[in-house]
Amino acid sequence: MKIGLDIGSTTIKSVVLSEDGAILYSHYERHFSQITAKTIETLKGLRERFATAGAVQEQGASANADAAGAGVHPAALLDEAELVISGSAGMGMAEGCGIPFIQEVYASKVACEKYAPDTDTIIELGGEDAKIIFLNGAMEARMNGSCAGGTGAFIDQMAGLLNVTAGRMNTLAEKSTRLYTIASRCGVFAKSDIQPLINQGAEKSDIAASIFHAVVNQTIGGLAQGRAIKGHVLYLGGPLTFLPELRKSFDNSLGLTGVCPENSLYYVALGAALSADETINLSEALDRLSHFEAAGSYQSLPPLFESEEEYEAFKARHQKADVNHGSLEGYNGPAYLGIDAGSTTVKCVVMGEDHEILDSVYLSNSGNPVPIVQSYLTGLYERKPDIHIAGSAVTGYGEDIIKNAFSVDHGLVETMAHMKAAQTFMPDVEFIIDIGGQDMKCFKIRNSVIDNIYLNEACSSGCGSFLQTFAGALGYSPEEFSRLGLFAKHAVDLGSRCTVFMNSSVKQAQKDGVSTEDISAGLSISVVKNAIYKVIRPASKDELGKHIVVQGGTFLNDAVLRAFEREMELEVVRPAIAGLMGAYGCALFAKERADAAAVNADAGRSGIITKEELAGFVHEVKSVNCGLCSNNCRLSINTFSGGRTFIAGNRCERPVTKRKVDSSNNIYKYKQELLAAYGDTAPAGKGRTETIGIPLGLNNYELLPFWHKFFTELGFGVCVSGFSDRKLYLKGQHSIPSDTVCFPAKMVHGHVAELIDKLTALHGNGNAIFYPCMSFNFDDKLGDNNYNCPVVAYYPEVIAANMEMPHGIRLITDYSGPHKSKHFHKKMTELLSKYFDGISLPEVKRAARAAFAEREKYLAAVRAYADEIIKNARSEGRKIIVLAGRPYHVDPEINHGIDTLITSFGVSVISEDSVSHLVKRFPVKVLNQWMYHSRLYAAAKYIGNVPNMELVQLVSFGCGLDAITTDEVRRILESYGKIYTQIKIDEITNLGAVKVRLRSLLAALEQRNQYG
Amino acid sequence: MAKITRAKNGRIIFTKEMKKEYTILVPQMLPIHFRILKPIFTNEGYKIVLLESDNDIIKQYGLQYVHNDACYPALLVVGQYMEALKSGLYDVDKTALLIMQSGGGCRASNYIHLIRKALEKAGYPQVPVISFNLSGMEFNPGFSLTLPLIRRSVAGVLYGDLLMLLSNQVKAYEINKGDAAALVEKWAVQITGEFENSHGYSFKEMAAHFAEIAADFAAVSMKLEKKVKVGVVGEIYVKYASFANNNLEKFLEEHDCEVMTPGLLGFLMFKIDARIQDIHLYGGSFVKLTIARSLLDYFKKAEKAIMDCVNQYPVFNQLSSYEDTKPLVEGLIGIGNRMGEGWFLPGEMIELIRNGYNNIVCTQPFGCLPTHICGKGMIHKIKDMYPMANIVPIDYDPGATRVNQENRIKLMLSVAREGL
Repeated sequence: MKIGLDIGSTTIKSVVLSEDGAILYSHYERHFSQITAKTIETLKGLRERFATAGAVQEQGASANADAAGAGVHPAALLDEAELVISGSAGMGMAEGCGIPFIQEVYASKVACEKYAPDTDTIIELGGEDAKIIFLNGAMEARMNGSCAGGTGAFIDQMAGLLNVTAGRMNTLAEKSTRLYTIASRCGVFAKSDIQPLINQGAEKSDIAASIFHAVVNQTIGGLAQGRAIKGHVLYLGGPLTFLPELRKSFDNSLGLTGVCPENSLYYVALGAALSADETINLSEALDRLSHFEAAGSYQSLPPLFESEEEYEAFKARHQKADVNHGSLEGYNGPAYLGIDAGSTTVKCVVMGEDHEILDSVYLSNSGNPVPIVQSYLTGLYERKPDIHIAGSAVTGYGEDIIKNAFSVDHGLVETMAHMKAAQTFMPDVEFIIDIGGQDMKCFKIRNSVIDNIYLNEACSSGCGSFLQTFAGALGYSPEEFSRLGLFAKHAVDLGSRCTVFMNSSVKQAQKDGVSTEDISAGLSISVVKNAIYKVIRPASKDELGKHIVVQGGTFLNDAVLRAFEREMELEVVRPAIAGLMGAYGCALFAKERADAAAVNADAGRSGIITKEELAGFVHEVKSVNCGLCSNNCRLSINTFSGGRTFIAGNRCERPVTKRKVDSSNNIYKYKQELLAAYGDTAPAGKGRTETIGIPLGLNNYELLPFWHKFFTELGFGVCVSGFSDRKLYLKGQHSIPSDTVCFPAKMVHGHVAELIDKLTALHGNGNAIFYPCMSFNFDDKLGDNNYNCPVVAYYPEVIAANMEMPHGIRLITDYSGPHKSKHFHKKMTELLSKYFDGISLPEVKRAARAAFAEREKYLAAVRAYADEIIKNARSEGRKIIVLAGRPYHVDPEINHGIDTLITSFGVSVISEDSVSHLVKRFPVKVLNQWMYHSRLYAAAKYIGNVPNMELVQLVSFGCGLDAITTDEVRRILESYGKIYTQIKIDEITNLGAVKVRLRSLLAALEQRNQYG
Repeated sequence: MAKITRAKNGRIIFTKEMKKEYTILVPQMLPIHFRILKPIFTNEGYKIVLLESDNDIIKQYGLQYVHNDACYPALLVVGQYMEALKSGLYDVDKTALLIMQSGGGCRASNYIHLIRKALEKAGYPQVPVISFNLSGMEFNPGFSLTLPLIRRSVAGVLYGDLLMLLSNQVKAYEINKGDAAALVEKWAVQITGEFENSHGYSFKEMAAHFAEIAADFAAVSMKLEKKVKVGVVGEIYVKYASFANNNLEKFLEEHDCEVMTPGLLGFLMFKIDARIQDIHLYGGSFVKLTIARSLLDYFKKAEKAIMDCVNQYPVFNQLSSYEDTKPLVEGLIGIGNRMGEGWFLPGEMIELIRNGYNNIVCTQPFGCLPTHICGKGMIHKIKDMYPMANIVPIDYDPGATRVNQENRIKLMLSVAREGL
């Protein structure tokens, strides 16, 4: 008898085979991280089930037990079997107990050889793993990288967001009519795409289908890495077994029909059983298992609380921080309504004249905040029909829709709302840290003005809801789960990276047999470490000051609060209404405004929807494509009773204002116009017939004028891949070998794919894509050297190694160095002569001269335009933001329209390279040897003493060099007393967080103006 | 006490007085090599301490004092320094730190500034950081790499490489467990002893020792059974430093593999050659070209000495020269790819494959920029060129867990076993 156990991240699966390979038994269940105990239970169960023949007979005879009599021998438990364990969570245990182990991908392959031998490719999704195994040709297996979000767990998490089960999500997806773009790179990103869709009232069925599509993109994009998935495809693992719509999504994307075989859940366990050839004495194995002590190799941290007393004292201290509460029913006077429509919860506060809370509510936002607020208001009017609402304000992700739906008086940015609230608890508050469901907001306050803002980047967000999801996965409510951790003796150290990493850290801890208590404490500590080391990163603890207010729903969790105080070695204030602070701040703000307005009149009345209007409240959502520009955004048009409408899903103001986006204050738009002028041209005769394709990616965003001129001067035809869009990205996605490289680099694959199509259509001979490697860039003389970053410098090598060039198209990736202008023509003649006939030195020299001049012309045009923008802004009294990044951040698909978002606030936008030339080389505190980066430092220095000019730095996710530049740019700006703002961008298309950030910056500047 | 003087950018200059008074801390990377190199520097009057600490405090300090998106090696190096400075073992007013700086386009060149920032954060702004580089960056009167010092260091690297290469090959097959380790110990003692007395690094002495070392290892009784042969390549620090790669070598040995980690010499030659290639590709100064060429020639001579000894023994993996690696990457990657490990990384992979080390662990810090290109970016095509190649890329960082890494390596090993 052969037994295979597959112990995965969430479930344990067992399979028993007879000696001739027949499947006698299979079973799966969740193990809730009790790995050793569940394994023992499973094995014991199997011993009983497969007890000797006598037992089976006895069972069979149990119907007429009397007849069996006492003559039958008692059952003998199964004594020996060939046993193999597989699965990531079973690895340590199997080895520790001397039970044979087989790697799970390999086990799948073994099973596949027996049960589906003509398979070419296996796609297997598990709880937290995604795998593609290529069986045809050289066997190759790919597993998701440490950065790629889980799959089964990811789907569960997303289902949770939609407030349905995964199964229900499948049913929903059946009815979908369209797909939204959801970032597929990892769960956290996807979540920040989905949340706004939910908030904007998109159809759940469409979101469900889009989530499956994102999983498919993730798997194919992340794992196939250029190898084509074709032939017979086998779908394995839980998600693909239980979710036919997911399979359909794979089929559609791959253009084939894959098979989900019988026992698709059990392939790993089957493979383990099939490979079993060593007989194990089961009672001995069980004995070893029951004595198996986790190796204890994980790092443990001291308990959060040593004793109940310590905990009680802690609680008592924090209970003191509270506001006055009054009774709504007994209150007569003007009341102020504050609403915080957050990403996962909706909070409302009704506040009285003396800042006392009359009523409040904290509700989970099950996808759409509108009905929640509606029912709260209905209840409010019922309970107190004569309520006099004198002012109202709303903040949070749902600000716009709620403001429109219910005619709320004011909308304000979250950061401001929280500061207002915090100041009532601690007038001299220096630092506020707010950890909510999905986001983390920290701000430094100096002289009652927001001095600095730290928001978590997409990569470490989701901490609060992560705790919740994890609690759910282990079968606890969030409250129970966090309480478990309070007295944990050996809290496990899970590190401080993003939640996806924590997932696998937890897996490791589970493997080591860590108790749920210790994991709970560890997760709470991780949330805190994330906040401190990933978001705030204080140089020293003094940097945050002595007066800290913590708030947000996640800090209601005592374990998190304790961990924070301990990590900071400080006592902080957690207002008793920590979860309501945003709403309370809104109420305060509403009162402030009402008071200001009431100087001339009596206490006014809020414009908020009245009881009567509310009774007839209707909310309709219609989806349309905008069609006003090439983005063609998917708009959700919300119509409310009374004819109010609210449009969501737009990337610019055009569908709202119906006006064309004004580009006169936006150098990003201007650069796009300039670059668009370098279009496709036919060979110019002069004996040349070939066309050169130039991918508009990375450094070519600045070099296009140079190369375009160079080749047209030589007589070549030139074709350009053009600006990126989603479609272009998907065109090249399958050939990306490293899923952690920056998005602008990934985009190059699409550009090259586009060029291949364009050149193919030309049918010419000898056409080539020219994408040279360039260790060095032109020298701006701003730094110690003029390197390109390694990715910009050598990405052509990646293209050459991972993309096939069909139809005789050649790819030229030779090394080129226009920075050495004296040698350039000579080197370039040598280079081109390798590929083309009749390249002459004088000709190249001439072309080079023209190209250098063209580059100068382009740079001069950009600079002159920036001067113009600055001049206009000055005369019109507008603020200017230097949106500082790299030349390729001009690409609309890479910057996601952040430039237009800024101009929509009435602020002019210029770029780093349009002002960097105004600064002379100066010493910085880092190695200043990358050309693009030296511009960032120069731009920061330039704006230092310029009033009304701010700098916002765009950073591509995964840009390792920006770990250095961001700190240095911040240092330079702060040395001039300027606020530093960083925006991390990736595939992500949701501008919600970016908006918060920019509005906070503008609000902070406003405040600085007011208070000096 | 030595006075603190500063350069224009504000850094503390390591003065001649400091050389007399200060202890210089050096982070660990290659234990055998660094042990052998140490006396070369103590002989010159430097007080060198090799930091051997290897615990999780290092990671914690790294996370605390370095931008968390910086690469893992930076985090570990800074962590190791901080642990040392806070340990109380050293007078922080008389301690300097030494860091290797390649000056290439990889962000590793910026470690020195990350260290300085960390020192300021941690309250040790008085600690000077010395850049160890061959590019003439950051001159320090109290620390100069003289030509004799460079030559001696090359000798140290050669001894280190030879001991590492041979012991790895022998260790997997030795009948008496510990034979190879004993030989490493014996020779490390002997060579450091000689270095302390200022000999052992002339070409003549080296050639003699190399022959003796090779003979010693060849004489170990081995059971030559078929084993899974695994090559370890990747980003230089993560590849070599065991606490950066979660003891990869030990893990592989425990899984009954022969492990081959190529030596340091080739990498150094690649770094020197990069300057020559730049001039070839883009044009440049003839003087610089000549200097680089003569330095490279010196390395080539040293390389030949080691090859001559090892290649006499068919039992050992036959070494090929740096120049022989170049043609291997033709059509795969350009020789101008010079940041980080550059073209040399896929070069090493191919060389390993051709020598029977089909199974390769390619290690890199999470988010490492150059290896996106020259590591992960090349694997696909290498497999096309060599279908038997079985390469697994592994990312290392403070958040990556062992279980994930080991699981992947195990998969690679399962495939490897099938090929046995």
